[in-house]
Amino acid sequence: MIGRYVVRFAALGYLAVLLAAPVGYVFWRTFRHGFWPAWDAVTTPDAVHALKVTLILVAIAVPANTIFGVLAAVAIVRHRFPGSGIFNAVVDLPLALSPVVVGLALLLLYGRGGWLGGHDVVFALPGMVLATMFVSLPFVVREVVPVLREIGTEQEQAAATLGASAVQTFRRVTWPAIRWATAYGVVLTTARALGEFGAVSVVSGRIQGQTESLTLYVQDRYQAFDEVGAYASAVVLALIAVTTLILMTALKPKEETR
Amino acid sequence: MAASAEALPAPKARRSAAPGLAIGLSTLYLSLIVLLPLAALAWRAHGWDAITSPQAVSALKLTVVASLVVALINAVAGTAIAWTLVRDRFFGQGFVNALVDLPFALPTIVAGLTLLALYGPKSPAGINVAFTRWAILLALLFVTLPFVVRTVQPVLLELDTEMEDAAASLGASRAATFRRVILPNIFPAILSGVALAFARAIGEFGAVVLISGNLPFKTEVVSVYVFGRIESGDSGGAAAASVVILVLSFGVLLAIGGVRRWATRHDR
Amino acid sequence: MRRISLTLILILAFPALAAGAARDTKLSLVAYSTPREAYGQLIPAFQKTAAGKDLSFSQSYGASGEQSRAVASGLDADIVAFSLAPDITSLVQKKLVAKNWANDKWHGMVTRSVVVFVVRDGNPKKLKTWTDLLKPGVQIVTPNPFTSGGARWNVMAAYGGALRAGKTPKQAETYLAQMWKHVVAQPASAREGLQTFLAGRGDVFLAYENEALFAQQKGQPVQFVIPKATILIENPIAVTSTSTHKSQAQAFVKYLRTKPAQRIFAQNGYRPVIKGVTQGLNFPNRPQLFTIKYVGGWAKVEKKFFDPRTGVMAKIQASSGG
Repeated sequence: MIGRYVVRFAALGYLAVLLAAPVGYVFWRTFRHGFWPAWDAVTTPDAVHALKVTLILVAIAVPANTIFGVLAAVAIVRHRFPGSGIFNAVVDLPLALSPVVVGLALLLLYGRGGWLGGHDVVFALPGMVLATMFVSLPFVVREVVPVLREIGTEQEQAAATLGASAVQTFRRVTWPAIRWATAYGVVLTTARALGEFGAVSVVSGRIQGQTESLTLYVQDRYQAFDEVGAYASAVVLALIAVTTLILMTALKPKEETR
Repeated sequence: MAASAEALPAPKARRSAAPGLAIGLSTLYLSLIVLLPLAALAWRAHGWDAITSPQAVSALKLTVVASLVVALINAVAGTAIAWTLVRDRFFGQGFVNALVDLPFALPTIVAGLTLLALYGPKSPAGINVAFTRWAILLALLFVTLPFVVRTVQPVLLELDTEMEDAAASLGASRAATFRRVILPNIFPAILSGVALAFARAIGEFGAVVLISGNLPFKTEVVSVYVFGRIESGDSGGAAAASVVILVLSFGVLLAIGGVRRWATRHDR
Repeated sequence: MRRISLTLILILAFPALAAGAARDTKLSLVAYSTPREAYGQLIPAFQKTAAGKDLSFSQSYGASGEQSRAVASGLDADIVAFSLAPDITSLVQKKLVAKNWANDKWHGMVTRSVVVFVVRDGNPKKLKTWTDLLKPGVQIVTPNPFTSGGARWNVMAAYGGALRAGKTPKQAETYLAQMWKHVVAQPASAREGLQTFLAGRGDVFLAYENEALFAQQKGQPVQFVIPKATILIENPIAVTSTSTHKSQAQAFVKYLRTKPAQRIFAQNGYRPVIKGVTQGLNFPNRPQLFTIKYVGGWAKVEKKFFDPRTGVMAKIQASSGG
């Protein structure tokens, strides 16, 4: 039927123009003169430092949010407590907030004159870590909660009556059921943490080598008319994104794939 | 679901520490990481003229209108893409399916940079929308692409084709079938996706900041305006503007949630 | 699991990174964005001298006003180098910089520049003077003076230019209002402004000579004209009163005013504050050059023109905005 082809053509065309073409073009521009010029642009001391900063942010935010995510999911689903509805809504807040607002909130809290001010948090790495933790907080929770709901408590209760402690129950019964959902959540969390820009823009001191993340570095290179540097770093981030995509596709919960 | 949990009562004594710990620890973490900073934000919001100044109002109007337009475009495009992924079959479909998630995975500043490269002043195709409102639409469409697709896709997958076959056998055209049979079923999902896309678009910063030019009264979105207020030392005013956006996006999420519940009231 | 081992590796790498940072005395330089390349050359040159031998630096660059506020909000700094004096005096008010920071031969300044017109290839609209900017159809791009402190230089250059042309202060203010009607874009910073202009907006971009020269050095197609009457931009530098390495910081600042250092600045597009280092470089003299004193000094100017509610520019913005 013509209809099928029209829709297919329109949908694919939209994706091509909006997504594939721009990203593909930047890849092409970056490697146009070969691999080594791009490699040089991305291995300058500043670029390497920026990558290190980004990796530190991820290395702290992702494990923290994973542990929180599992704990919170268990708390929300298994131990319905007064205020769990609000708790749930607050967990979702980072998804609705502009990252600049997140940065501002941290600035007001930890900056000079703030309630927790004067301790070298903002304009230093800790501030950026907190910002990254904030924005990437919801993902593990949101992935694990539906799975926990779906599997029900029968097996866990069975384990309890057989004498298992809470830890044993978790390790032997709960965890195997939620581990793929958790893994998927971890991938989403990592992607969000890697890509954070708005919040860290506000709380970063832009100290080269210390508080300039790779995303900030991309903007900085662009503004210094260093197109090669900007594109090359963008490509590094894009490659990490593609890896994340592959992991996402592999780990995606069954009901969303064909 | 909870009903089946009542079959066997849990031995209380052994389990008493674990729930408390899980709830306590996670609440503490959540409060420290999310609630405390937001409380500081609300507390320090003052200088409400920051949100009534012409520049602020202009930024708000631009952002809301652009986000609405983008949400609506996504309603159509997202549904079409979901349809193609579910009901169609072609070579490379898996790749396209994965591609839809790219805006989730790609840093927003990189997204903005790629759009600027292809559709900006140095565009090889001669298309230059940089520093115009089209640039804002473009950037927002990029980052909101997955939302409607991903909310509609599972519903389409689950949809029983029997009804459509029945409609067809009764002589309904494909368009009528779509309108009368399919659309009502996927409408709540489209609404959810639209709400998420809208909320996301309102707060977008990284993708817009390079390509829009951030010209006050012309292409300055509200997140950039807030950033400008922070830069000008007016963090009180920035906080005030932030509270407004916060209420707006949260309000939309709640409202659409409500509409969804109303739209699916017959299913419960 | 793989995920845990990856995390472990990253966590173990952390101390290695931290260890790399802990040696020598470290001075933190917080500066505005344009001298980044210059300091990139100046710091190694300083480290080759006796005074700079065992010193290492952390450097932070960003928009001048933003950096100033960052320092006020807690960003660690031993040396602050900004685009204009008010960004330092605001730190004096917060007791982060001594009141007498400008009491030296150079009045606290380390580099200079002038306000210029960046124009299209061949200057088709023949924009050479401030009055030319009022020609019908001329579109001006200038950074927003309320987000870009450096853009205030542009406004005062225009104002002073009108005074030089014989106008009274009141008439000069009217000139500003008329000129502002031609402004089609006010990007948040000087750098963004240049990019807006290069992307095709406007007939003229009000810039600082060193920014224009920097862009040219980076291969951007920039042509500029220096009006006869223009303001001498002076960029200040100071050691903070919170610095724990004051003598080393002062040694660095002292170095920056020596011939080799000023030569490096000059090669990066800045006009030096000392004589004798501009051989082979082109920094034309302008017959009607004036300083901020000519238009009243920063203290007066900040209040009169840039107060966010009652300033002349605030009123002009409000009436022409939207």
